[in-house]
Formats: sequence, C-alpha cells, structure tokens
Amino acid sequence: MSTNHETVPFEEAMTRYEPIIGLEVHVELGTNSKMFCSCSTTFGAAPNTQVCPVCLGLPGSMPVLNRVAVESTIRIGLALNCDIATWCRFARKNYFYPDMPKDYQVSQYDEPLCTNGWLDVTVATDEGPQVVRVEIERVHMEEDTGKLTHAGGATGRIHGADYSLVDYNRAGIPLIEIVTKTVIGTGSLAPAVARAYVTELRDVMRALGVSDVRMEEGSLRCDANLSINKPGEGWGTRSETKNVNSLRSVERAVHSEIERQAAVLDSGGRVIQETRHFQEDTGRSISGRSKEQAEDYRYFPEPDLVPIAPSLAWVEELRATLPEVPSVKRARLQETWGINEFELATLVNAGAVELVEASIAEGVDPAAARKWWTGELLRVANERGVELSELPVTVGQIARVEALIADGSLNDKLARQVFEGVLAGEGDVDLVIAQRGLAVVSDDGALLAAIDEALVAEPDVAEKIKSGKIQAAGAIVGAVMKTTKGQADAAKVRALLLERLGVSE
Amino acid sequence: MSSVDADLIRQSASVLAAAISEGEVSSLEVTKAHLARIAEVDERVHAFLQVTSEAALAAAELVDEKRRSGAKLGALAGVPIAVKDVLTMRGVPTTCGSKILEGWRPPYDSTVVARLRAADMVILGKTNMDEFAMGSSTEHSAYGPTHNPWDLTRIPGGSGGGSAASLAAFEAPLAIGTDTGGSIRQPAALTGTVGVKPTYGGVSRYGLVALASSLDQAGPCARSVLDAALLHSVIAGHDPRDSTSINAPVPDVVAAANRGDVRGLRIGLVKELGGAGYQVGVLQRFNEAVELLQGLGAEVVEVSCPNFEYALGAYYLILPAEASSNLARFDGMRYGLRAGDDGSNSVEQVMSISREAGFGAEVKRRIMLGTYALSSGYYDAYYGQAQKVRTLITRDFNAAFDKADVLISPTAPTTAFKIGEKVDDPLAMYLNDIATIPVNLAGNCAMSLPVGLAPADGLPVGLQIMAPPMADDRLYLVGSALESALTDKWGHLLIEEVPSL
Repeated sequence: MSTNHETVPFEEAMTRYEPIIGLEVHVELGTNSKMFCSCSTTFGAAPNTQVCPVCLGLPGSMPVLNRVAVESTIRIGLALNCDIATWCRFARKNYFYPDMPKDYQVSQYDEPLCTNGWLDVTVATDEGPQVVRVEIERVHMEEDTGKLTHAGGATGRIHGADYSLVDYNRAGIPLIEIVTKTVIGTGSLAPAVARAYVTELRDVMRALGVSDVRMEEGSLRCDANLSINKPGEGWGTRSETKNVNSLRSVERAVHSEIERQAAVLDSGGRVIQETRHFQEDTGRSISGRSKEQAEDYRYFPEPDLVPIAPSLAWVEELRATLPEVPSVKRARLQETWGINEFELATLVNAGAVELVEASIAEGVDPAAARKWWTGELLRVANERGVELSELPVTVGQIARVEALIADGSLNDKLARQVFEGVLAGEGDVDLVIAQRGLAVVSDDGALLAAIDEALVAEPDVAEKIKSGKIQAAGAIVGAVMKTTKGQADAAKVRALLLERLGVSE
Repeated sequence: MSSVDADLIRQSASVLAAAISEGEVSSLEVTKAHLARIAEVDERVHAFLQVTSEAALAAAELVDEKRRSGAKLGALAGVPIAVKDVLTMRGVPTTCGSKILEGWRPPYDSTVVARLRAADMVILGKTNMDEFAMGSSTEHSAYGPTHNPWDLTRIPGGSGGGSAASLAAFEAPLAIGTDTGGSIRQPAALTGTVGVKPTYGGVSRYGLVALASSLDQAGPCARSVLDAALLHSVIAGHDPRDSTSINAPVPDVVAAANRGDVRGLRIGLVKELGGAGYQVGVLQRFNEAVELLQGLGAEVVEVSCPNFEYALGAYYLILPAEASSNLARFDGMRYGLRAGDDGSNSVEQVMSISREAGFGAEVKRRIMLGTYALSSGYYDAYYGQAQKVRTLITRDFNAAFDKADVLISPTAPTTAFKIGEKVDDPLAMYLNDIATIPVNLAGNCAMSLPVGLAPADGLPVGLQIMAPPMADDRLYLVGSALESALTDKWGHLLIEEVPSL
C-alpha cells in the first residue's frame, strides 16, 4: 500500500515505465443564454439569480435546445478535424447529486455530435521542436451542473461539511466535452504533450470565439487520465486527476502522477482505478472517489428533445466561418514578421498577436509594433493587472505616434511620454503632445545656440572632438538634449555639432 | 340547489358558452352553480384535490366584465373547467396525487393552463389522480380514491378518474386529462363521458409533470363530442417551449364534430382488440355500435395488428424506464417533502428517506422496474427490445391505416370494477389498458365515447376510435356521427342516465 508521499523521481520512473495519457477537457461555451433555456450565462452574478423553471428542473418544465450552442460545437468539431454526425441525440445520464436539479444530466452518450478528429501540438525537445498528433475521440455537448460550496469541515469537500450551499446559476450552461483517444508513445514528453495539447486547444477555442476559456474561472477544465506500464507489457490501470486548474498544473499533474504510480508499482502494489484531486500548493494529488465499481448511469435517449440532424449545407456554412488554425497562423506570422520561436512565444503569452497584427495593418513597422506592445505597454498592463487589449491605447494611436517619429516630430523618448499621457487619460495622441508640449526642437538656430553653449561649458571635450575623438561627441549631444528637455532629435544634434567643429565621421 | 343551478350544471359547455356570450347568464352564475355542486357532492365523489373557488369567481367576474365592455370572447369564454393535478398552475398546489409534492406551489403555468386562461375559461380546481398518473383506478392517489358517480362503490378509472368523475357528477362541464397509456380514455369509458388523447405533440407538454415523456399527452375530457372538440382546439397547437410539439396547423376538430359523417368512411375493426378477456356486455354494446356505424354508411373492415400482443409488455418497460428518470428529481432537496433531515443523516440518506416516505407502493414498483430495465447489461434486452416492439406497433398501425380511415375497439375490457377489487393485483390492473396502450406507443390519436350500458351491471361502456397522427379530426367526424345516432336512439346523451347523487 502506497501513500501519497511515496514517489519515484520522474527521470528514474521513465527508465522503467511508459506512460499513456488521455485528456478530457470541458469547455463552457460563451453563449448568451443557457443550453436549454433563456437564462443568462454571465459569470459572477449573485447565487441563484440566473435561474428559471427549466434550469431548476422544476416538475413539468422542458428543455429547448440553444441553436448557437450546436453551431459552436460543430465549429469546434470542424476545427478539430472531426466528422460531424448527420443525426444524433441527447441522452440522460442518471445519478443523484444535489448539484443536479433533475438528478440526471442531459448529455450525449453513444451518439456524440463530433467524432474522430485530431489536433497537432508542438513540444520542445533537446533535438528541437517536435510535432505530436493528438487524436480526438469525440466532442459532445452536455449541460453544466450547479455549484456546491461546502461550509465547515476541514477539507472543503462534502464529507465532514457542516452544511452545503448550492448555486444553480451554472446549471444548464452549455458545456462541450472533448475527449482524446489514448495518447501513447510520448515517453518522458507526456507531461509536456498534455500541457501543449490543452494550450493549443485553448487557443483554438479562443480563435473560434466560442468560449473565454479561462481555466481559473472554470470555463476550461481538464481531467487527466494516466496509466503507466513496463515496455512490452499490457496497459496499466488508469487514474483520473481532476481539479487541474492551470496549464502549468496540467503538466505538473501528469508529471507527479507518473512518479506516484511508478512508486506504487515498484513496491509491488496495484494502481487503483480512482478519481484523484490535484493540489496546487503541493503539486501532488490526493485520492478521491474509487471507480473500481463502475457507476451505472442508466443512459437512455432524452425523450424531451428531438434529434439533432445538421444538414450538410449548414455544416459547410459553418466551416466557412472557421478562423485560421492557430498553429498555422503562428507559423505564417513568424515567417512574415521574421521573428524566432522565442519572440513569437513572447507575443502569444502577452496576448499581443492580434494587436501587433492590427498595428501592422495600420502601417506600423512590425518591429516597432512588437516593441510597443511587448515592451512599455505590456509593462503597464502587468502593473495594472489587465489584459493588453484592455489598456486605453488603440492600434490607431500606435500608428499615429510611429508616423510622428518617422517624420521627425517625435523621438523615442517623447513617444513614451505621449503614451504615458494617453494611458493617464489625458486624451488622444495630438492632444497629449499639445498639452505637454512634446514637439521635437527642429529649429537649427536654437539647436546651434544650445550646442555653442555646451561647447563653451566643456572646452576640453570640444578639443577632443576636434582632435578626432569623435566618440566624445556623446557628452555634448547629451548636454544639448538636457537643455532641450529631450525634445531634440539626437542624430540631428550630433550632425550639427560635427559640422560646427568641422569634423567628419 | 335551485332549479336554475341544476339546469346550469347539466348544460353542455357549448350551450353555456353561447348563453354567456349572449348575456343570458353570467359566467359568475355558471361558476357559482358548479362550485355549489362541488360543495354538495364532492365529499362523496372526491373528484377534486383542490378547489380554487376565489380564483374561479374572480376569473368569472373578469369574463363578465369583458363581455359587458364588448370585447370579443373565445368559443368557451366563461365556461368552468377542472384540471388534472398533474399540470402546473402558478401559485396553486400541484401534487400529482403524491405526498412527495405536498405543499409545492409551482411558480409557473403549464402551457395548457395558460391557454385555458387566454381563452377566458374559468378554472375550478385540480382533480384527483393516481399518484404521478400511475394506475387505472385512481385508487393509487395518496389523497384517497375517487368514486364513480354511476356507482360510488366503484372506481372511475384512472389515472384521470378525478377529471372524468367531475364531468359525470356535473361538477364541471369540461376537464383536462392526460393520457400515457389510457388515462383519459379508460376513465371516459368507465364514467360514460368523452375523452380524447390527441396526436403526440399535438398539445404542449410544457408544465405537464412527466410520467413517461415519450408517451404523455394532455387532452380534452367532456360530456359530448362537440364539447371535447371545442376544448381540443383551445389547448392544441405548437408551443416553442416543448421541443416535441408539432409545428403544423391543428386539424379542424370543431368543424369535424359539427359535421359528424361516416358515409363512405372505412372503419377498421382491430382483430386483436376484443374477444377473450373482454366482458360480454362490453362486446355486446361495442358490436351494436359497429352495426350502427354500418347503418350510417360506413364500410366496416377487419384489420390485424399482430404486434399489439406485445404492446403491454413493451409499455411496462418504456414507461417505468422513463418514469424512473423523470421522478428522480423528487429527492427532498429543493421542494416538496423532505424527511430525515435531523442533522444525523447525509444528503444521500435524506434523499433516500424522503423518497421512501413520499412515494406510494405503485410508484416505487415502477421506479424499481425502470431502474432495472435501464441498467447496464440489461438495457438491450429490456429497454432496447421494447423500443423495437414500439416500431413494430407503429408499422402495424401504418398497415391498418392503409386499409381503413379509422380503427375502432372497445376502450376497456370491462366496465368499472369495485374499489379495492384489483388494487393488490398489479397485473390485473395493468390489463385495463390493453386496448388503449398501442396508441400511446405509436403516438397517434384516439377518442373514447360512450356506447351504452352493459346489460349485466348497468355501467357505461366506451368505444375507442383511433386515427393516424395529425388526423385528430377523423375522431370527431366518426365520434360525432355515432353520438348523434345513439342520441337519436336513446332520446338523450347517455350521461343523462347517471343516477343523481
């Protein structure tokens, strides 16, 4: 019998065992209304305020299917290269639990809407990036349950709680379950593959615009199934790890479960088929419900709904709405922008890809667009704890500032001050420039006067420059910039200075 | 009771509606007369679980006011109606004849109730029924049985015994029933009234507390074919809240009832529904009705539906399976009865104790049957097989409707039996619905109307007319012709012969 603390280090485990993973991802669709009624799906409302007889499962109420939810599911299926069923039904999954208003969940069982797809993901290896094809078994629709909060007790779970509260706002929100086939042969890459898969899936959902895919709010949830076996032997018993609430946790959960199962098998034990709960703080999981005795959900076709029979024309219409696949798009951008893998990753992680793309479309130089969005602006966004896209800076403003830099009206330093003003709510670019007086001093006379002043103040430096030590010019240029409060074009100051002293580069 | 009141309660709904619309009598007077009748006899009949007197009087006054203001009124405006306690009505207790729902007041109207209100009808209250519509005698109501007005020691049929008895006792001129395996038609047969199970999807199920979702259908109960047609046209029609509701025009049942003609119509006698197991007096009256129809110009042909033999078996797998799931929500967590919540029991235990305390024996029996039939490893042999039988029965109907425009049979094998006689013999009870169940399985429509009293016991006998899906008008065409021929023969409707209470 093993405890949670007995583990075999990952590298060592990988010398003796091969992991097999399977991932079940639940995505809450971002439809305005619930799956079977017109209640709002907005996150964070006061408990039990977004409910009606249908999503409360009151006696006599009946479901009516949300068309947008079906469209979103078909689009997801198409994006994941699935076959779309020409006829399929909902089924009732029967079990008693207080978070389920009807004590059955309307789901899909043996007739999922989408089947047989795949998603390519890229993982980094010592030999460079490697593409792994993750096969998708099915994508089906189901309704979400209510949310239970257990008060009192040590674990925050139902056992030992003093009382439990239930919020049915979530009940009936459309959920999509995406189930992979077993992923074999990834070896020690298994944790990274799991993470890359969920990341890629998230990006696909985001590109499709079907969900806000926020793991921390539960709109994307991942259950990681894992078993290990010795090479050449049959597959092992799998565990299912739940409560995996971030991309990083996906990787950690698979990693730690390999270490745990290896310890169990090494000590001659047997892996129990069970649900496990991942703990963010320890990076390990604790044992949950045993699945040794498979629960009998008594599935049968939902008689309150009619079958879904998407016509070929409708499916093709939806296929035409598919955005560019994120991986393809990234490769294209990398190529056209001439950036490397790391620079692309920075853009992706910053959520800046679309903003940079839009800026370029407005005529901004690609390098400059990347510089602004992943530099100064990203710093401010992080400081404020918001997404880049939520900053009060527009693509049009970036374009305007860049145009002013190009014609010499602004320099880099002034441009930063312009954005500082825009971010502070002082108004649009030109208004900030006017109010802060941020124009580059381009009057040669004024600049020459400042240069002469600086040369008088630093006679030694002047001599050095004249004697050919041109690098010393920096000190004079710096002094001029200082007197003009940074509002001069440094290159121009330098040129005027050298001309004045009759020196050429 | 004054003679005016006595006259009002015996009138047909169509006559009452005309009198109200002409201002000859007010809806308030009509409503008061029926409430008085309920107060007078319902202690003995027990047709009602809930009488909503105040709301009824208020609704009646509103109709009268509307009439006085010159507003256009519907065909049944101001006419009182009783509603089976399985349909939700905002703010009014809805029990489904079960203890487990005691005290629950739904926050919404079922579509049927909403349409009754929209038609300016006056709802008198909620009628008794077998618990969750499981039964054929109304003895399985947790609130005590309903008595048949023809003989108070006998059952009025079920599950809608309350609705049927309210008509036969002149407590209401119209009622709403629901029919999962015969719960409108068999009580109609046993009480000498008319009952129609519309085509599945013809009347919205929204707000009908589900027994078996793929079989349930609400429909009209009345004392005459025309009254049933008028009510049918009020409640039928597409409802976006019910995904299984048919989005097509409602057949013109009122025109058909007014026309009543069987000349040239092919009427099929279903070979498998009759003979052994049917009471002699039932068959006698049925055969006389067949002769009458022939005399009216119908062509009578015999048709065979060989798979009807398996209907009862299939029904008692499909119904319990769906019911076991539909009734899961009654777990004491959100509404209705909660038992065992004393701080010592877990959620699962409270659910279990509440269900143990709240459900009656027949409900538990069917939940267990259904749970078993859906279990992994048994699904194909039971539920799956039953669905195949269902397909075969539909094919039998299709083949029969190639040969005949409508099919007929006795509605029930026997007349009303004694209260207590079959309550402990589930199989004997289930056999009451042998002739009505095939229609529910296939989803088409059927009517039961009275064709006389069985000579041996003097109790009403019903004849069932079955028509193809969305051909509900044919029921009324044939039913009305037969009814008027019988009325000519007797000089009155059969219901006039019901003993005074």
